[in-house]
Amino acid sequence: MSTEQLTEVEMITVVIDGFEVTVPKGTLVIRAAEKLGIQIPRFCDHPLLSPAGACRQCLVDIEINGRAFPKPQASCTIPVEPGMIVKTQLTSPVADKAQKGVMELLLINHPLDCPVCDKGGECPLQNQAMSNGRPTSRYEGVKRTYDKPVAISSQVLLDRERCVLCARCTRFSEEIAGDPFITLNERGALQQVGIYEDKPFESYFSGNTVQICPVGALTGTSYRFRARPFDLVSVDSACEHCASGCAMRTDIRRGKTLRRLAGDDASVNAEWNCDKGRWAFKYLITRERVATPMVRGSDGELHEASWPEALAAAAAGLKSKRAGVLVGGRTTREDAYGYSKFARVSLGTNDIDFRARPHSDEETSFLSSIALGLSTTYSDLDKADHVVLVEFEPEEESPIVFLRLYKQVRKRAIHISTTAPRISRGNHKLTAVRTSLSSVSGLTAKSVIILGERAAETGGTISAAVALAASTGAKLAWIPRRAGERGALESGAFPSLLPGGRPVSDASARVDVASAWGVSHLPQNPGRSTSEILQGLNTPDGLEAVVIGGVDPADISADALSQLLNTFVVSLEVSHSAITAIADVILPVAAVVEKQGTFVDWQGHARGFEKAIDDAQTRSDVRILSMLADELGAPINLPSVSATAREIQSLGTWDGARAAFEKTSAGSAPRTEGTTAMLHSWRLLLDLGTLQEGEANLAGTARTARAHISASRAAALGVKNDDRVRVSSERGSLTLPAVIVDISDDCVWVPRNSLNSQVIPALGFSSGVVTVVKA
Amino acid sequence: MAENPITPRYPDLGLTAAAKAEMKITGQDLEAKSFFAQLQGFWVTFITMFKKVTTVNYPEVKEPTAERFHGRHQLNRYDDGLEKCIGCELCAWACPADAIMVEGADNTEEARFSPGERYGKVYQINYLRCVFCGLCIEACPTRALTMTNEYELADSTREKLIFEKDDLLGPMRAGMIPAPHPMYPGTTDTDYYKGAITGPHPSQEVK
Repeated sequence: MSTEQLTEVEMITVVIDGFEVTVPKGTLVIRAAEKLGIQIPRFCDHPLLSPAGACRQCLVDIEINGRAFPKPQASCTIPVEPGMIVKTQLTSPVADKAQKGVMELLLINHPLDCPVCDKGGECPLQNQAMSNGRPTSRYEGVKRTYDKPVAISSQVLLDRERCVLCARCTRFSEEIAGDPFITLNERGALQQVGIYEDKPFESYFSGNTVQICPVGALTGTSYRFRARPFDLVSVDSACEHCASGCAMRTDIRRGKTLRRLAGDDASVNAEWNCDKGRWAFKYLITRERVATPMVRGSDGELHEASWPEALAAAAAGLKSKRAGVLVGGRTTREDAYGYSKFARVSLGTNDIDFRARPHSDEETSFLSSIALGLSTTYSDLDKADHVVLVEFEPEEESPIVFLRLYKQVRKRAIHISTTAPRISRGNHKLTAVRTSLSSVSGLTAKSVIILGERAAETGGTISAAVALAASTGAKLAWIPRRAGERGALESGAFPSLLPGGRPVSDASARVDVASAWGVSHLPQNPGRSTSEILQGLNTPDGLEAVVIGGVDPADISADALSQLLNTFVVSLEVSHSAITAIADVILPVAAVVEKQGTFVDWQGHARGFEKAIDDAQTRSDVRILSMLADELGAPINLPSVSATAREIQSLGTWDGARAAFEKTSAGSAPRTEGTTAMLHSWRLLLDLGTLQEGEANLAGTARTARAHISASRAAALGVKNDDRVRVSSERGSLTLPAVIVDISDDCVWVPRNSLNSQVIPALGFSSGVVTVVKA
Repeated sequence: MAENPITPRYPDLGLTAAAKAEMKITGQDLEAKSFFAQLQGFWVTFITMFKKVTTVNYPEVKEPTAERFHGRHQLNRYDDGLEKCIGCELCAWACPADAIMVEGADNTEEARFSPGERYGKVYQINYLRCVFCGLCIEACPTRALTMTNEYELADSTREKLIFEKDDLLGPMRAGMIPAPHPMYPGTTDTDYYKGAITGPHPSQEVK
């Protein structure tokens, strides 16, 4: 906030319990009291939601310029005014009696099931009944009971008798998430929280309602009855799911993650997070963990091996061979740095890439020239007048970006344009309009153009967005889907970049890094990208061995796994996967909760996290790579994550010239006619992603896969809603129920990695021309 | 050194004064007065031989403890065999020695262990830690946890002294059906808490 804005705000002085406090105009009395350290009990009040005055627990005596309100007033709905004198329960017997009375009324119908309630021990109602309630109950009647629990969705359960009707959940759903599927039904004594009968509560943010519920009325199915608050050891952590960079809290009991909560970071996620970040953590216990190193013997089977054996076998396989490195987009910055240094120093190659997804040379050029210089942040989104979403679905691919945009759309009605062929539910909430990069207008220096990772899939898109930003002065942002991509890019896990954004092609950059690493020289041949590494595997001058981090080959291409078959593969993995099944040496590594590290969010800000499970015996990738490098005789000297972080710090970033961005002109769009259509797809937030495995309750709210077609195509095919259509390519086909939506007539949209709709393995590509027929 | 700076910790019984006065301690008082005077000292021993003994010949003979003696814990059942424990962990919360470990879980239609929604899936008491204070008993909201008078809790390994739920559950009394099985038809968990269930219903038998 600039000083100008600071002086604009009018300050008001009020007296609360005899103490003066000066706060900006518009501050609520309850918030002004907080500034003095006076806690007024409350249930419905939440600093990030609009005032409701629903629970009446925060009653205080208020007097303005000598005129007193006849009755105590709810301090959570009244803004401060000049000459206001407030007496809270601490100084006013009237306010104290009123609060005790409200508490008594709230407790009349509240069941005494605290022993079996998940909120017991961390419950605002419990705590405030102790601090501001009567010591004993006078109520002898029969309490109101309902059937319990009611499943609001597969993830959220409702115990209606516990509810104090504070409306926090309904306000959150409406104001923050924009999913008003949950509401207050009936009125008076029968009032209760409910859902629309024909619309399930399929919000991506439903977990937040559980977290902000001030009683145990909303509970999470997967945490229900698992533990009590005093069992849990809480550790601050960062979310490993997407590049939004949420602060998180991980609660551990006896070496197992039991739940995750949204942390509090006003500059990023406020106090919210998405359901994937909250509930998708069981992947660690679902698949069989790689417990010990394994080596493929002469019989072709994998055998458990000791660390020295496995490292020796890996080193023997890599030594004097042309080897490349596939890092994957989910590593921490430190681990990615380890892979980067390992490739350059120990393998002597620039053949390293973090992109385990469709990519292009245009993107390579963009990432090595412009991307690292981007400094767009969440606050730029807050100030934007127009946001253009280029191949980017905020709600599906970076939910906190969605929440930020939705807040501004509600507050200032900013313009949102998207290049997507159809308006998804998230974009519908953002009131986004369909556009193309060539026709978008009205951009100013305050506008933001957001490039998603799928921009690489259509040639010329990135170039057009860069040109648009240059001509209008709009800010550019690159928001990849995975949490580790920006960190990997900064760490040099990229064919054309060394750590700190140093271009491989720049001799002085190479000397810079080589001297810091204590090696005589670094490889100067330009490296290969993921697809080039894979395609070159079984060719005469291609690679003969690959070191692979956490990569799912089906994310890259349908052929990736078969290309890796006849190659020497060293896999650093947490759990058994498609890669470990074909690997020659498997080295077990630590999962996110078992190590410390840093994710770099899309803004380029470091989000550090500590080891959550203290006694975990597994080690981070960088430590394993360091041991392997020693075995290869070309050490990288990165014995720990903290040592790696120090080295990254001391190496710093490149301040020299970056490579120039090489523009790619848009190719002519493939022609579609008759039953052929352009396939469009993106990943939904909740789908078949590896990190969402093992959480059936979460999967229960995933959207059903449907083929989205336009009305005219449906008419041409003779298809109605829910009729099955077959989307096929030369390689294979998907059969899905159709849904008729407002989508370009030449397009068909299917989810990329959902149940019954795994596009890349089934069709062989993620975007291209397909045939759509009635099945 | 003029004075001893160290003050005696115990009151001087006059010995120092006697020593200073150079009084001679003679053997006169210590001499045997007579043979019978010596026997007097054994009189107490002799009389005791004819008194009632207060010790027992443990472990051959075992005496019942006081009625409210704090012994080994027991997890109780309702009269139809369902467990009373709801896995609320209040006992673990109350325990000053951190001897109790509980994990709750959901009752399902297929496997119901207690009335209501929640039951204690894991229940452990570590008798190496337990101080038998009984705070856990006071904390228990369903009277699931009580103490028996059993005090023989010695064993040879640490593992054996961590009692699991199976070790702690009370005996099946006549008529009880072992859990899991459904609740008494037409009742709620409240009826159970109020003691309305006095025995099983034939339909609760799991085939």
